[in-house]
Amino acid sequence: MRSIPYNTIKEKVKAAIMEAAFIAGEDLMAGFKRALEQEESPLGKEILNQLIENAEIARKERIPLCQDTGLAVFFVEMGDEVKVEGGLLPDALNEATKEAYGEAYLRKSACNPFTRKNTGDNTPAIIHYDIVKGDKLHITFCAKGGGSENMSRVTMLTPSDGKKGIEDFVVQRVWEAEANPCPPVIVGVGIGGTFERAALIAKKALLEPIGKKNPDPELAEMEERILKRINNLGIGPGGLGGRITALDVHVKMEPCHIASLPLAVNINCHSSRHAEIDF
Amino acid sequence: MTILKPPVKREDVEALEAGDKVLITGTIYTGRDAAHKRLVDLLDGNKPLPFDVDGAIIFYVGPTPSPPGRPIGSAGPTTSYRMDAYAPRLIERGLRGMIGKGPRAAEVKDAMKKYGCVYLGATGGAGALMAQAVKKAEVIAFDDLGPEAVRKLEVENFPVIVINDTKGNDLYIENVKKYKRE
Repeated sequence: MRSIPYNTIKEKVKAAIMEAAFIAGEDLMAGFKRALEQEESPLGKEILNQLIENAEIARKERIPLCQDTGLAVFFVEMGDEVKVEGGLLPDALNEATKEAYGEAYLRKSACNPFTRKNTGDNTPAIIHYDIVKGDKLHITFCAKGGGSENMSRVTMLTPSDGKKGIEDFVVQRVWEAEANPCPPVIVGVGIGGTFERAALIAKKALLEPIGKKNPDPELAEMEERILKRINNLGIGPGGLGGRITALDVHVKMEPCHIASLPLAVNINCHSSRHAEIDF
Repeated sequence: MTILKPPVKREDVEALEAGDKVLITGTIYTGRDAAHKRLVDLLDGNKPLPFDVDGAIIFYVGPTPSPPGRPIGSAGPTTSYRMDAYAPRLIERGLRGMIGKGPRAAEVKDAMKKYGCVYLGATGGAGALMAQAVKKAEVIAFDDLGPEAVRKLEVENFPVIVINDTKGNDLYIENVKKYKRE
C-alpha cells in the first residue's frame, strides 16, 4: 500500500486550481488560433482576438481569465493500492479549494439555493470518484462556470430516436443557448448509462483536449457531424454571428437500459479551465 | 465610435443603433442577480435606491476580488436573461443602459423602446481584458452579497457594442441570420 500525505495532496491541488484560473491551456489557445483562421465574420474575428489578448493578460498579470472562476469540480481516480495519510481525501480537496480561491483572489460562487447566501469560500467542491487498479492517484480539476452550465440539459430519449435523435437534440440545445454560454463553446455529450450517469460522462467529455479525435471511429464521426451542424448555426464568437460557434464536440458513450436512451449535453464556455494532477 | 459619459440622456441612447461600437467613460454601477432582487424590493417598499437610476448604466458583473494594488479583479459580463424579471422596473425609472451578454426577453426590449434604454454587449469570458478599463471600484450597497454587491465603477473607454437599440433592432438576431446555413 502506498501512502500519500494529506498535505501533499492539498498543496499540489491548491497550486493547480490557481494556475487553471490564470493560464489558458495550450489546446485552448491552439483552438482559438484555428478558429481565427476559419472565421469569416469580422466581428467574430475581433472577439477571437480579444480572447487571445485576454489570455495573454491573464497569464502575465495573474488576473483570472474570467470573473466566473466556477464551482470546483474534481474527478478522482484512486488506485486500489493507495491511501491518504493524515486525513480524508474530500477534506484535502475542499481545503485546497478554500485556500486557493481565497489566496489567489478568485471569486466565491457557491451559495444556498434558497437564500442565495454565499458560502464564502467556494466550498463544497463537487467530487466524483473512480477506483482503479494500481498505486497511483490521479485528480482532474475543472473550474465550471455557471453561464454555460445553465445551458446544459439531460433528456431521456426513446431507443427509436437513435443517432439522429441524439444529434438533433444536441444541435438544438446549442441553438437555443444562443449567446448565453459564451461561444465559441465546447460541447460534452454523454450517451447511455442512467439519468445521472449520462450527465457525469458528458462532463467528463468536456475534459478531453480540444482538437482530440475520439478513439472510437463511430463516435468520432458523430462528433464531426455534430460540430459541422453546430458551426452552421451562425451564432459565432460572442453570439454576434459567425462560422465558429463551437471549438469542439466530445462524445462519451456507455451501455444503457433496454428501455432507455439517456442523453446529456454539458456545455462549456470557451474559458475551459482544467488541470491534471498526478501523485 | 460613440462615446457615452453617464449620466446619459434619453436622446443620447435614442441616437444609437444596433451594431454601433461604444466606449463608456465615467461612472457605471454593477448589479447582478441578488442585487437586482433587492433593488426591486426597495422599489416595492417605496424606499430609495442606493444610487440614482435616472441616466445610469448598470453592468451585470460579479467581479473577482481585487488583489492588492488593483482596483478590481477579473470583470467580464454575466448572462443577462436572469435580470429580465427585474430590468423593466429600472428602465421605467430612467435606466439608460445595461451591459451584459446573451439575448433579452421581449418585455425588456419593449421597456427599452418605451422608456429609452439600450442593451450593450460586452465580450463574455474576457474579464482580464475588460478589467483594464476599470480605474476605480467601490462597494456602495449590499456588501453582504460579496461578489454580487453593488459597486460604483469609474471606467475609461470601456468597450461595448449595441445589441438592442430603442427602435427594436437586435444585433444577435440580425448577425446570426447572416451566417446561418440550412
